[in-house]
Amino acid sequence: MNISLRGFIKVSSAMTSGAMLSRFGWDSWPAKTSEEELRIKYAQESTTICPYCAVGCGQIVSVKEGKVINIEGDPDHPINQGSQCSKGSALYQLANNDRRITKVMYRAPYSDQWEEKSWDWALDEIAKRIKMARDATFTAKNAKGEVLNRTDGLASLGSAAMDNEECWLYQKFLRSLGLVYIEHQARVCHSSTVAALGESFGRGAMTNHWIDIRNSDCILIMGSNPAETFPISFKWVTKAIERGATLISVDPRFTRTSSKAHIYAPLRSGTDIAFLGGMIKYILDNNLYHKDYVVEYTNASFLINEKFGFEDGLFSGYDKPKRKYDKATWQYQVDEKGFPKRDKTLQDPQCVFQLLKKHFSRYDLDKVSAITGTPKQKLLKVYKAYSATGQPGKAGTVMYAMGWTQHTVGTQNIRAMSIVQLLLGNIGIAGGGVNAMRGESNVQGSTDHALLFHILPGYLKNPRASDVTLKAYNEKYTPKASDPKSANWWGNYAKYSVSLLKALYDDHAQPANEFGYQYLPKLDDGEDCSWISLFEAMYAGKFKGFFAWGQNPACSGPNAEMTREALGKLDWMVNVNLWETETGAFWKRPGVNPEKIKTEVFLLPCAASMEKEGSITNSGRWMQWRYKAVDSPGQAKPDGEIIHELYLRVKKLYETKGGAFPEPITKLKWDYAKNGKVDIHAVAKEINGYDLKTGKLLLSFAKLMDDGSTSSGNWIYCASYTEDGNMAARRDTKDTSGIGLYSKWAWCWPLNRRIIYNRASVDKTGQPLDKEHPVIRWDATSNEGKGAWVGDIPDGGWPPMVNEAETRYPFIMRSEGFARIFGPDLADGPFPEHYEPLECPVKNMMSSVLFNPTSKRWDLVGSDMDKFAQVGDPRYPFVGTTYRLSEHWQTGAMTRQMPWLVEMQPNMFVEMSKELAKELGIKNGEWCVVESARGKVRAVAMVTSRYKPFNIGGNIIHEVGLPWCFGFMGLATGDSANTLVPNIGDGNTMIQESKAFLVDVRKEV
Amino acid sequence: MKGKSVLVDLSKCIGCRGCQVACKQWNQLPGEQTVNWGSYQNPPDLSAFTYTLVRFKEVEGNGQVKWNFFKDQCHHCVDPPCKYSADDIVKDAIVVDENGAVFYTEKTKELGNMDLKEACPYGIPRRNSVTMQWVKCTFCKDRIANGLVPACVKACPTGALTFGDRDQILAQANQRLKEIKVAHPSAQLLDIDDVRWIYLLHEAEAQFQMGLREERTYHFGWNRILSPTTLALGILGLVFKWRERGWKQAG
Repeated sequence: MNISLRGFIKVSSAMTSGAMLSRFGWDSWPAKTSEEELRIKYAQESTTICPYCAVGCGQIVSVKEGKVINIEGDPDHPINQGSQCSKGSALYQLANNDRRITKVMYRAPYSDQWEEKSWDWALDEIAKRIKMARDATFTAKNAKGEVLNRTDGLASLGSAAMDNEECWLYQKFLRSLGLVYIEHQARVCHSSTVAALGESFGRGAMTNHWIDIRNSDCILIMGSNPAETFPISFKWVTKAIERGATLISVDPRFTRTSSKAHIYAPLRSGTDIAFLGGMIKYILDNNLYHKDYVVEYTNASFLINEKFGFEDGLFSGYDKPKRKYDKATWQYQVDEKGFPKRDKTLQDPQCVFQLLKKHFSRYDLDKVSAITGTPKQKLLKVYKAYSATGQPGKAGTVMYAMGWTQHTVGTQNIRAMSIVQLLLGNIGIAGGGVNAMRGESNVQGSTDHALLFHILPGYLKNPRASDVTLKAYNEKYTPKASDPKSANWWGNYAKYSVSLLKALYDDHAQPANEFGYQYLPKLDDGEDCSWISLFEAMYAGKFKGFFAWGQNPACSGPNAEMTREALGKLDWMVNVNLWETETGAFWKRPGVNPEKIKTEVFLLPCAASMEKEGSITNSGRWMQWRYKAVDSPGQAKPDGEIIHELYLRVKKLYETKGGAFPEPITKLKWDYAKNGKVDIHAVAKEINGYDLKTGKLLLSFAKLMDDGSTSSGNWIYCASYTEDGNMAARRDTKDTSGIGLYSKWAWCWPLNRRIIYNRASVDKTGQPLDKEHPVIRWDATSNEGKGAWVGDIPDGGWPPMVNEAETRYPFIMRSEGFARIFGPDLADGPFPEHYEPLECPVKNMMSSVLFNPTSKRWDLVGSDMDKFAQVGDPRYPFVGTTYRLSEHWQTGAMTRQMPWLVEMQPNMFVEMSKELAKELGIKNGEWCVVESARGKVRAVAMVTSRYKPFNIGGNIIHEVGLPWCFGFMGLATGDSANTLVPNIGDGNTMIQESKAFLVDVRKEV
Repeated sequence: MKGKSVLVDLSKCIGCRGCQVACKQWNQLPGEQTVNWGSYQNPPDLSAFTYTLVRFKEVEGNGQVKWNFFKDQCHHCVDPPCKYSADDIVKDAIVVDENGAVFYTEKTKELGNMDLKEACPYGIPRRNSVTMQWVKCTFCKDRIANGLVPACVKACPTGALTFGDRDQILAQANQRLKEIKVAHPSAQLLDIDDVRWIYLLHEAEAQFQMGLREERTYHFGWNRILSPTTLALGILGLVFKWRERGWKQAG
């Protein structure tokens, strides 16, 4: 499938002006003869995908004499159509940057400097250390005698910056070593999204895709600022506005996004559930919901256990000492056949619809306004505009990111919006959905490939100690459905788990050894190894070795100074990066003495995005192929090569010297070598999977089997690389759908379905609810009169609902087949409820329960560095929040190395209202100190009318905001705002609360 | 009138500054050392190394806040006063190509003490203090001569920048003005007959940070009276101003 690209290179290197024109211009005209010579003429060209956010923009890299001379947008790419934000425009400085590390560096214990080393030396030493740590800390069984087969002395972080194939290899390598502490960026950015969307609809990903935003009639941007952080998404927001769509921006601060909004409403950080709860009440009170949709496609009509209840902030079944719910009363009532009981009139007081009404009846305008600080007329304006999308034929969408996810109620923030969208019938349709904007170019892929402690690739569960056999494991995680009309797709669980084991252990995975199931490291029951737990364990000295692979935790996680202290408790750390980041250089950070820090550091230089080949998956689940344009500078190597060489060395050590349980390492399938390097295509094919009898690549995960006759590294990627070629590399620019699906551009999971849950976009006869923007349509006359779906790949190919005998409910990934307004499986409640952030300026006005009753309290069990402010703490009187800037990416580890970006945002700053600045005697541009219970940062005051004080139930509350893209390394240095952020996590996924905490601000003296 | 034009539709600008960097990338201009001065706008002004710049302005009124972005660069005058001024000293130090791009050649090094910035109604040109050459936006003359759109136009994600034949751009500008007048009664097109980079402002001029424009009109004449040359230039400038904008700004 890469023929088209080769063709493209051939054509452009033929240097015909026609080829140039078609490649680079939007508005081409016959070029006049000119003495002007274009500096990219005669350059070799290749395509790539931007390595920053997950919009997934295409770019053209021009190379002359082995050097990148120009990078600009790919005009053929359907998402960005040639455009680029400031970061994308600055990519040239990634390819040409003398600040890149080009040699292997080593920092000896207590040393104050780096030493240059060879790859061979470093990899040998690391392999030895891995083996030593593994052998010393390998745990075969727990106290109950259950098999664990894990290595407790090693931990890993990373990386959404790697290609899919590298992510697959990396997790394969780590799990063969027995690691359970496997985490990465996804935990701290969108883990709560996956939990909330999975619970609501069945899959944890963005429901629609970037281009589809143009089909919307009303766009709610809340918990994000995409004009700043996903600028290219605004191409599609702008297109929607041109069509007449309303844009709403809800944000504590008036942002670049707000500047283009028809309606702007401020709210205090951490009060989104109150805001959205008010919207749910408004929709219900005014009968604005989409009745047929709600009855037929959601669980609104389902009856809930009669003992289910809610009182003063707590749902039934709360166990206070354990800070946990017993969810027995949160279940559906079932009839004698085991079918869930339903009342399609929605009148039964125990039906979900009535329970929802009752729950949100408390979220009246006065209460909501008092909590959020949003003026009542603004609330009404937003509610009215957005609820109008409940009419059939209208579509409302939401674009959100960290402003919702990074809270102790992160999961429930997104649940609240999921409920709004289900009430309005906005899921599955064009221009609708709950669109989680993912912020790293491959964080969707790295999540899919399970660089997280709790899952295996394809969202299979990481086994627990009590899952003693493969049979028990498969049975436990295979949901049952009594209703034959429920497709219950997860009923195929065993096919995916066994195919995964075959991809891991090949011939060593046989029925006799449970397909190698016991080789997998097991978690103890109830054990949490997520980010905060990992760093708490590291700070407590639990780990000997640590991989910080393509990630910068010294700046990116909560309580950053504690993270840096924790790194000093290791014996050794392997840091793989393009740059010397704050993580690699933690031992020489300001204020510490390297001579007192033991940790050995191996700093390994890796290749940048245009220096290797492989695929990445964008936020809209598009898997796109990137090509190598140039060699890496100096000794830098692709991550995949480093993993490969490290694995081979560890394997050799175990083969020659033995050690603790060597089988998971020595029997691992690892046959990618081609001319001494990893053949990335072989890896991509392994991820797709094979029919092992024929040796042919599989066309669909529907073909996977649980008997060992098929393999697939990641079932949701099955169909991405088939006998027809590499689907991710497709470049067909035609859109035959009329709604911007571009179905033959690249490939998307699952099965190239561009809008998931699309069977909810039609009525019972299979005809589109929105005739102007049909996603799929049942054509009864085709297929020899048997009928067939046309349009996008249907979410399950069964006929429409009128065909009672053969149809299936549209939400096939949920065991009942319905989207969940009532979500019984979450930790902190089936409905969202407003709780205050852990650090808050006021008491909870909804109940006596102050903050999420299921959040783990690290102040009770954590380290001496876990310090928190009290409610309304006079030492820290202001609400603090953090955000990204357009010009810097994440911690700034990459962008703070690039002069073109640094010149635009050179210093740490704090935005505050004019009112607060006046109170504190601070002038615009003056240096300030912002301090929380954890630490303090220096920042330039940006005094602005874009921030306003909030009136919170009669109290004036000030909020300040800080970007979190600074650190002590790079060209632009400054403190990380994450120094201020507490170690406190969401009740479901332990994502940290970066978006609302308490601070003090003062002028620097 | 033939040649090319660009519509700068500020109602669509999100201030992402993709254009600002795309310009540096294509022209291989170095980054500048800056400090945060209490604004998102940086570098604080155009320079010999920054040909285009997004200027940020917050405005408040009627309980509403606005944040307006003004992408500044050479407007490529149809009859460029800078060229007329420079021609007096070094013929064709400044040239206009067939597409209408106003281009500063290396000969601008020889302009002596002449201040081209003063000759410009928008205060755009900057002098490289090492080479002494005057520089500014080139209209990506090399790109457009080869059938490519200017680097900044290509980078723009929202369609705030559109490049094309002048006639087509003028028509588009007038059409767009008509459309947005409904929601933005004070919307206006700036100097449409006199420049190739046509600005569509969705708010009144005062609601944008427009570089030296305001200062320029305010000081007009005073600086020029100092010497006969500058006086002559000043009159030329005044005529230019008069024609395009009338006297209201000068007061």
